[in-house]
Amino acid sequence: MNSLIRHKGWTWGFRSTVVLYFVILIVLPILGVYYNSFSSGLGSFTESVSDPIAWKSVLLTLKLAVIAAITNVLLGTMIAWVLIRYKFRGRALLNSLVDLPFALPTAVGGLMILLLLGPGSLIGGLAESLGFTIVFHQPAIVIAMVFVTFPFVIRAVQPLLEELDASEEEAAYTMGAKPSRVFFQVILPSMAPGMIGGGMLAFSRALAEFGAVVLVAGNIPGRTLVSSVYIFGEVESDNPAGAAAVSIILLTLSFLILWLISLMQMRGRRS
Amino acid sequence: MRRLWIGLTYLVFFVLIAAPLGRMTMGAFSEGWSGFWNALTRPEALHALLMTGYVVVVVTLLNTLFGIMTALYLVRANWLGRRLKSLLNSIVDLPYAVSPVIGGLMIVLLLGPDSALGALFEQIGVKIVYAFPGMVIATLFVTFPLMVREVMPVLQEIGSQQEEAASTLGAYGWTTFWKVTWPSIRWAVIYGVILTVARSLGEFGAVLVVSGNIMNRTQTATTLVYQDVENFNVTAAGGIALVLAAFSAGLLLLMEWSKRRKGGH
Repeated sequence: MNSLIRHKGWTWGFRSTVVLYFVILIVLPILGVYYNSFSSGLGSFTESVSDPIAWKSVLLTLKLAVIAAITNVLLGTMIAWVLIRYKFRGRALLNSLVDLPFALPTAVGGLMILLLLGPGSLIGGLAESLGFTIVFHQPAIVIAMVFVTFPFVIRAVQPLLEELDASEEEAAYTMGAKPSRVFFQVILPSMAPGMIGGGMLAFSRALAEFGAVVLVAGNIPGRTLVSSVYIFGEVESDNPAGAAAVSIILLTLSFLILWLISLMQMRGRRS
Repeated sequence: MRRLWIGLTYLVFFVLIAAPLGRMTMGAFSEGWSGFWNALTRPEALHALLMTGYVVVVVTLLNTLFGIMTALYLVRANWLGRRLKSLLNSIVDLPYAVSPVIGGLMIVLLLGPDSALGALFEQIGVKIVYAFPGMVIATLFVTFPLMVREVMPVLQEIGSQQEEAASTLGAYGWTTFWKVTWPSIRWAVIYGVILTVARSLGEFGAVLVVSGNIMNRTQTATTLVYQDVENFNVTAAGGIALVLAAFSAGLLLLMEWSKRRKGGH
């Protein structure tokens, strides 16, 4: 057996299989989308993108993803703080529940929000009697995005708070600083990298989100049609070129964010 | 002050997680046990659950194998240049940045019936898109980084000294892997497997685009939930979704357990 495996041919076989798998599975499909949307010239690309339904969906997605990311930065920082700093009943349970939105299928997440806030439900009915609807409108999309990206900021801020040296805080208090000043000058700066990094991850995930959003968004062009749902619609109506054009806008954005995050991490490690 | 923050945290968890979960459970049982049971034992539901099972098994096997090997090569291989290695290293993360729908679209563009490759496969009688292979490829794409990213840090941490010692003492590649490398990456691999299972169980966007969502043929559990909602059959959707949620919660518990084991190692 060993002499068989020692054979050079095996080593080369293994190596080329892994590299091929890598290239075919990851690199080729991504290049394929870029190739496909530019294959019939720049003209058809700009034509697909300048369709008002297309660019409005991109703008809407950006807007809602920013709102969702900011919400998550605020909520996530607070929750990370509470889970690290306070000892209380149910803390361990809450800490494990944080990851639930990652573990749940996104379609299940969408269905949960639909059932909770939809027409005929308690909250949905209440909102309707107040004169506005949640589901099939923009608030529902934001809620779905917040739900799906919930763990990012918490999990990014928690380790930073754990590492924060208690003596720094104590020193600030001993020198007579007020709690609010300690928070803004000692604690907040040390949480900031996690808030920014987690927020950017949440933003890029919210941009890409499909499963939860498709179930709760009304998909009205220009008002509640986000890009991922638009892409799905274009594929369904057999217009892959239009789908590819919007896809590469989203893809390029996400790649930029990913690159920024890794740049930040590299700088953080060096300093 | 303290009370306020803890209360607010509980409130967020209740609104965002507990209430929706509870409401969905109620929805699944809105017609009692029999409604729930009927939703699960419909022929299309059984088929969809089976389909999800097949996809999960195939994807987890392939990605575990290739994920470990990719991680090994990216950390240890000398035959890859440093530049190339760091390029490949950043490519590993790309599926994270790609929206699942776009992941599905990529495969349709590359292997769909209108593409050159797809036509080629069609001629030899293999259907990829709107069939099982396409669904597996889509899920492979989405879950690829999980295993690599779990195993790589462990490999970096343990360093290559022990492995080098083993091979100096005359152990062959395979023996070194099983006797030296495997015991230290074992828990990371198990954690990666759980993550991959969870992600492929719940994959929706990519599979929806690639499978075409054909009932009793290429429908998976998550795409069945979507179809039930589109058909306003909320009870049925809730039933399937509850089963999926139970699985995910179980996997989450396993994750916590293996994280503790991994940390203790």
